[in-house]
Amino acid sequence: MTGPYSIGAKVKVSQGLPPGHVRTPLFLRGREGEVIRHFGDFPNPERLAYGLSGLPKLHLYQVLFTMDETWEGDGAYAPGDTVTADIYETWLEPL
Amino acid sequence: MSTHEHHDHGHDHSHGHAHDHTTFQPDIKEPSEEWEFLEIALRELLIDKGVITAREVQDQIEAWERKSPEGGARVVAKAWTDDGFRQRLLEDGNAAVAEMGFEIEALKLVALENTDDLHHMVVCTLCSCYPRPLLGVPPLWYKSREYRSRAVREPRAILAEFGTELPETTEVRVVDSTADCRYLVVPRRPDGTEGMSEAELAALVSRDSMIGTATAFAPDGEGRSG
Repeated sequence: MTGPYSIGAKVKVSQGLPPGHVRTPLFLRGREGEVIRHFGDFPNPERLAYGLSGLPKLHLYQVLFTMDETWEGDGAYAPGDTVTADIYETWLEPL
Repeated sequence: MSTHEHHDHGHDHSHGHAHDHTTFQPDIKEPSEEWEFLEIALRELLIDKGVITAREVQDQIEAWERKSPEGGARVVAKAWTDDGFRQRLLEDGNAAVAEMGFEIEALKLVALENTDDLHHMVVCTLCSCYPRPLLGVPPLWYKSREYRSRAVREPRAILAEFGTELPETTEVRVVDSTADCRYLVVPRRPDGTEGMSEAELAALVSRDSMIGTATAFAPDGEGRSG
């Protein structure tokens, strides 16, 4: 049971800017990456933050991005360097 | 004395519940940020209403401060010397460290192995998530806005500042700890450490090598202060 995305799936992070508590970093919004790990399912932190149950749980993935795609050359990294973030299924779109 | 200590309670103190006379000892004497006042107000209310005691707050702070990177170093040294443990650690961090008596509640512990080809470096860009049961209280730089914003954009510059030079052929993978996982980096075992005991190896595992801003110390003392 790995939820909607399998390992190796290409995904795009939603571009949205909802108000309130979110756990998806701004610098990755709209970026394209690859699912490299499925961690299981966890209560939704965007609801837990307001004293709600966070249910139903959401699948959580480690998503890999290249530094180049993320920063378009503007940073101190080598060509093969990468960055990952842990992102809940509701923030991902299939590619 | 800070302003919050001057405030006059004004209410009747004969309201039944037993008073706890432990005094909370703040680290910061003069709060100035909004969140500091919020913490003080919340803590004082919880203590005043009898939900928690000042002693419990103090005990919890001291319990966290007793945890240190030595715990993580023991885990890394065991992973270096016991291949079965290493595999269990990479597969299921919580279960593996529980074998050594470390309880990590609610959060998923993920161990990341550094190799010649892949070097992990951990950051929490959103706040300061850190594997405290294994590494203790995070260093101030880990929580700083500077580290959190630069780590994901200029990791090689940060690494250089920590004295860590890696070839371009090594992939630097910055791991942003944004959710329910806590990451422990298992640094590459230094060369020339064959035959060393687990305890001797643990002494080579610095805190920063388990965050990934540094590598483990060489057995000849390279990288150490002396």
